[in-house]
Parts: sequence; C-alpha cells; structure tokens
Amino acid sequence: MAFDQDAVRRTAHLARIALPQEEVPAVAGQLEKIMALVEELRAIPTEGVIPMAHPLDLEQALRPDLVANQDARQRLMANAPAAEHGLFLVPKVIE
Amino acid sequence: MDLHHFSLRQLREGLHNKNFSARELTETLLQRIHTLNPQLNAFITVAEATALASAAEADARLAKGESGPLLGLPMAHKDIFCTADLPTTCASKMLENFVAPYSATVVERLAAAGMVMLGKLNMDEFAMGSSNETSYFGPVHNPWNVDMVPGGSSGGSAAAVAAGLVPVATGTDTGGSIRQPAALCGITGIKPTYGRVSRFGMIAFASSLDQGGPMARSAEDCALLLDAMAAHDPRDSTSHPAAASDFLRGLDRPLQGLRVGVPEEFFGEGLDPEVAAAVQAGIDQLAKLGASVQSIRLPNNPHAVSTYYVLAPAEASSNLSRFDGVRYTHRSHAVENLDDLYRKSRYEGFGAEVRRRILVGAYVLSAGYYDAYYLKAQQVRSLIREDFRRAFAEVDVIVGPTTPGPAFGLGAKNADPVSMYLADIYTIAVNLAGIPALSMPCGFTRSGLPIGMQLMGDYFADDLLLNVAHRYQQETDWHLARPNLQTGEA
Repeated sequence: MAFDQDAVRRTAHLARIALPQEEVPAVAGQLEKIMALVEELRAIPTEGVIPMAHPLDLEQALRPDLVANQDARQRLMANAPAAEHGLFLVPKVIE
Repeated sequence: MDLHHFSLRQLREGLHNKNFSARELTETLLQRIHTLNPQLNAFITVAEATALASAAEADARLAKGESGPLLGLPMAHKDIFCTADLPTTCASKMLENFVAPYSATVVERLAAAGMVMLGKLNMDEFAMGSSNETSYFGPVHNPWNVDMVPGGSSGGSAAAVAAGLVPVATGTDTGGSIRQPAALCGITGIKPTYGRVSRFGMIAFASSLDQGGPMARSAEDCALLLDAMAAHDPRDSTSHPAAASDFLRGLDRPLQGLRVGVPEEFFGEGLDPEVAAAVQAGIDQLAKLGASVQSIRLPNNPHAVSTYYVLAPAEASSNLSRFDGVRYTHRSHAVENLDDLYRKSRYEGFGAEVRRRILVGAYVLSAGYYDAYYLKAQQVRSLIREDFRRAFAEVDVIVGPTTPGPAFGLGAKNADPVSMYLADIYTIAVNLAGIPALSMPCGFTRSGLPIGMQLMGDYFADDLLLNVAHRYQQETDWHLARPNLQTGEA
C-alpha cells in the first residue's frame, strides 16, 4: 500500500493538524513504513474471531444518582488561553 | 548515612527511630536532585515548597504516634498524573502551562498515605516513545551511562529511582512504558493487571491499554507502593471492583512447585546474546529456588507490535482530539478562523512523534480502512489473549527478557520510528491482553549496562509476580548495584 502525499494531506485534515507542505513528503515516508509494519495483520486468518475491544469483561457500573462534582468553574477557566465574562473566546464563527 | 540508597522499609525505620525527620530526609533528597538533575534531566518540576510543607505535616503526624507504612516517605510522580496546584505537562508543549483543576486518584491516595511528593518526572510526550527523547523538555539521560537513553516512556521515573533521587516513583505502561525503562535503568517496575490502578486524572493515551504502576529499587518497595495505589475507584469506569489487594502478605512464600514457562518466541532472532545469557541465568536461579521450568509457545506474540500500532494510535487519535486550543492548551496566535485555530494549535502543540501517531490513528479509523485495520487488529488482539489463556493453564508465571537489548545511545533510533517501536517487542502483548507483568534486574552487559528479566502472570496474579521477584532478590544482588554518578561531593 502506498501512503502517498495526498493520503497524508487527507489524514492531516481529518486529524485537524496543519501540516506544512514542506513536511508532507517526510511524513509520508514515515507513515508508509508504519503501515508496512502493520500490513502483515491482513494475512492472519481471523474468520469467526470475536474482536477484543477491552481486557476486562466488566459490566458498566452504576452509582447512586447524587450530586458529586464540585464547582470547579474558576479553576477550569484559569487554564483558558483566552476568556471573557466566564466564557472561552474563539475567533468569530458567524459572519 | 546514604539516605538516597535506603529502601522504603529502612527509611521508615529511620523515621520511627528518630534517626532523621521527614523534613531532613526531604531536604537531603532535594539537595541530591539539585546536584544531579542537571546531568539527568529526570525532573520537569521540582516541588520544593510543597514537599517541605508535606514533610512538616508528616513530622507532625509522626510526632502524634501515627505509623502508616508510607508516612513521611518521599516519592515523585510521572508528569502524566494530574496534580492540583502544580503544573502537569505530559512533557508536551500543548500542556506547558496547564494546571489541573483536580488531582489524580493515585496522587490523592499517596498524599493521604502521608507520602512527600518531590516533583513531577520527565517522560516521552503523552507517553509516546521508548527512549524519553520525544519530551518537549529534552531527553532524560541514563544514570548508568549518560550518553545512553533511559528507555521510555517513564524514563524520568526510572532514571530518578536508579540515581537515588527518590526511592520510588509512579509510572504508566501502555506498551512497556514501566517495564522497558525499568530494565534499561536496572530497577524493578510492575505494570499491574488492567483495572487495578485508577486511571482517573491520568492523562489518557490509549485507554484500553494504559495502566499506572510503581517503580522502585526492589520488588518489596514496589509492593508497598502498589498497596497504596491500587483500589477500586468509582470515578474510573474501568477500575475493577477487586482492584485492591494485600501485595505484601504473600511476598515471602517459597517458590517450591512454581511452574515457570519460557516462551520460545522471546528467544529468537534479534535478541542480544548478552541479554539472552543473563535472562537464562535468571531462569536457572528460579529453578534453584524450586521452580519447574518448561518451554511454552505464544504463537501470536510476533503479531503484537503490528496489532499495537493500529489500536494504540487509533485510541490516541480519539483521546487527543480534546486538545483543541480552545479551553486549556497551547493556542496558536496567527489564526484566521476557528478551524485554523484547531489545526495550527495542534500542529504547534504536538511534537513530531505524537502527530505521527495521531495521523496513523485517524487513518486506520477512516472510512474504507476501519475493517481492514482496526477491526482486524481487534481480532488479532483476541488471538494474543487466547495464547496467554492457554499458557496459564499449564504454568503460573511466564519468564523472558524485558527488552531485546540494553540501553541504546541517545539519537540512535530517531531516524526510523519503526526501529524504535521494536524496542517494545516483548512488552506489548501483555498490555493487549491486560495481564500483569514485572521487570527486574538480572545482570549487566560487559559495558556495564543493566539487563532486565520480565515476569508475566495471569489476570490478578500481581501478588505472585511480586512474590517471585522478591524471592529472587533475596538470593541475588543485581538489584543492589548502584550507578556511579559525579556528585561533586568529596
């Protein structure tokens, strides 16, 4: 499978990473190597094998429906790169 | 008095016999960190003020006659565990200025036990790496030879413990990140059974693989720390109801009748002959202690690395989508619109290896490739778990090397990401299955680098692994060797 530059650009778009054009060829080469490593999986017979999503067969635990979270608004907002009136600021999204 | 070489038990005795106070102990280690960290770069943050305050509190509790097993004893956290009031960076520019609004459950539990936290330890960025070279804050150096890597991702933890900056530290292990650096730095570390240690407040890399655990200079100290770390946590839905256990109780059990399995797949091509010889001598030692040794097969183990490099990046690409430049991360300045803000903040905030893994993850999850890669890898993951199930019907413990070779040179594997990934060839299957595994020192290369031996156990056999390692360490002294570091002291 060829991991070409178009595939890198498409994937970088999906991942919302602004990869500069000058890095695309090198990244394509590295991803090509990684995908060549995982390519061997396709030859392993797995018909009827149940996919494993998680190590433990746990039931989803339920807890009593009580207020548990403390108000951490100020502490959370303290990390905001830009904030005003208790709101996160972002570039204008509606023209 | 070489306090920096003391075990937790010796330190506790010293505190209780009033040979030194928690404050004196804390000051001694802070001084050692001050002297040695410039050459090791093991700490990202040294928490001098909070450490001294915790030490004073511990001294007050000791004076009142309290006697918890960890009260007043020093430690440090891998900088992946959230600490309220102290930066938590995950060794990333993305979180360079992040202060968590809460502490991880592990942090809370060790603080409640009265431990004195000396700071936050360096690591590979977002725990992605096997050499500690992907850290935004620069690589950690191996205390046995500062031109060598300490392993990763918990490289700061391993180096700090090996160099005597702290007696114990926390680490996390997604594909070998406790065991591989433990092996390369000559210390003992255990990745517990998945679900033992709460992941609440532990920054997520691959949620179905991540597990926190202790790193120390002996199995006994690992057991002491794990005792305090492991507990069911309602705030982590993957925390197991039977997470807690008494890891010290069975430590001295004799090994008579222990069934040891040695997987053929772990001794094939690519294994350094010096590592093979040291691990074989370690297995012989277990036989002398009464274990019966037999050869076993783990036929799907050779597929573990490829399975992991589909599943772990897939989970990472999803987990790391929360770092968007909006709420608490690095934010790019020159942006024109919201999409630009996401894309540029993520490009600038993440290092090259993290970006690579996010891209791999996004690719294998994307339309048209999901079944071929992601679903397929989940099926092979089932086969890998089945291998272990079959093996543990016949043996109690599986033993082999932790790594294919000893510590490698800084920069040696940076050109080719895949050559770095193969450093975890013996550790990854354990995470895919979710079983516990431990690494402990079992020898040195001719050039003086430590060699690690790995013990793997069935689900919730963590106590057995600690027992086997403890008995081994009663009969051998590899774990007592200490690196020669230039402290500038007479």
